[in-house]
Amino acid sequence: MSAAEKFWISSIGRKILMAVTGVLLLLFIFGHMVGNLQIFIGAEALNRYAAFLQGLGELLWVIRFGLLVVFVVHIILSIQLTLENRSARPIKYRCEDTVQASLASRTMIWTGLLVLGFIILHILHFTMGVLQPEIFHEMHTKEPPDVYSIVVMGFQNIGFASFYILLMICLGFHVSHAIMSACETLGLNHSKYHPTVTKLSVILGWVIAVGYIVVPLSVLVGLVNLPAGGM
Amino acid sequence: MDFTLHVWRQPGPKAEGKMATYPVKDISPDSSFFEMMDMVNYHLLVKGEEPIALDYDCLEGICGNCSLMINGIAHGPEPGTTTCQLHMRSFKDGDHIYVEPWRAKAFPVIRDLVVDRSAFDRILQAGGFVSVNTGGAPDANAIPISKEEADLSMDAAQCIGCGACVASCKNASAMLFVGAKVAQFAHLPQGKAERTRRVLQMIEVMDKEGFGNCTNFHECEAVCPKEISVEFISEMNREYLRASIVSK
Repeated sequence: MSAAEKFWISSIGRKILMAVTGVLLLLFIFGHMVGNLQIFIGAEALNRYAAFLQGLGELLWVIRFGLLVVFVVHIILSIQLTLENRSARPIKYRCEDTVQASLASRTMIWTGLLVLGFIILHILHFTMGVLQPEIFHEMHTKEPPDVYSIVVMGFQNIGFASFYILLMICLGFHVSHAIMSACETLGLNHSKYHPTVTKLSVILGWVIAVGYIVVPLSVLVGLVNLPAGGM
Repeated sequence: MDFTLHVWRQPGPKAEGKMATYPVKDISPDSSFFEMMDMVNYHLLVKGEEPIALDYDCLEGICGNCSLMINGIAHGPEPGTTTCQLHMRSFKDGDHIYVEPWRAKAFPVIRDLVVDRSAFDRILQAGGFVSVNTGGAPDANAIPISKEEADLSMDAAQCIGCGACVASCKNASAMLFVGAKVAQFAHLPQGKAERTRRVLQMIEVMDKEGFGNCTNFHECEAVCPKEISVEFISEMNREYLRASIVSK
């Protein structure tokens, strides 16, 4: 087996793959967040953006397929590495303390799996319209489809809104360790700039969480409403 | 000072182990942790019981032979300290103290608190050295090395191979140890000749030995008696990535 082949099955090789797929997912998360925030510009802006995405046609499917591959690699590797890590200590300590490992770092697999569950429900909800089919189908008969109303009516449901808010806190938590961890795995750790990277990682994690949470929260408290003359 | 000691007792590698409780009385705050353990063993011997087996050698904090997970922290509560340099004044009178061996699949328990750390030796045998060809002794100052590089190499070379990094890592990963061993040579011109082969072989053996994978918890750095930085893990990652690309 050549060194390049061994790389993909080695501990460090798979860690690097985790980091690279994580960074790609982070770019998607950031882009998605900026797209969402257009809801504050108004119904027209959000609907135009949604129509633009749908208008990409085949390209949209290329992006979706690419994202799916990145997601699947990230998830499979994380489960595989976690199982290996568990088996590396078959007998647990009776008394175990933690000196400086952050809570976010110790719960990566759980926050990650929660986010996975969220993504599945989120696709069923807003992409496929399985969870609120009446709203979804009615708004999709309009030209362009009234995505704005789908979002607002979705989040006027307190159950959906609080579920989204809670899970986005999970995502923020995941990202707050992820960025700094990816940098270290990719070999980017230097005493000159790493303390800043660590702080930025936490700040960005919460920027992402807040950036996503403001949408359901604004709908819930009535800052964002259905357009006048709409449903 | 009085303590209640909870110690892992295991008669042999295959035997069942369990925690045993021993009351310890009249210990001087200035006695070392091992002097306290000696007192416990003395009383066990007087009673005709088997003393607790444990590892130590230099008692100066430089050999890497002592271990012990004390109250869930490798080498006990004091940072930058080996167990042999730990004193009972670091505890409170009446404390319950839990003493366990390093726990990792790659470090099987031999007896009580003694574990087999030869997995580390096998990693070093795979590449943790500089090949020296025979011949006349070269002049010590023939190869220029900058002070900064020499210092970085020495920071990594401080590793005494005690295994606290593995013991404290939630994943039982050996990457701080291997990182330090890779980095100490990577910073020296003498080590550069074999850098590609070294890191590839050391990582291969490390993976085979059954250590976990680093998730950047930094617990290793926190308990390392030589306070080796996790920067060396990143350096190992860089070395490994480079070696995987350039090697044939």
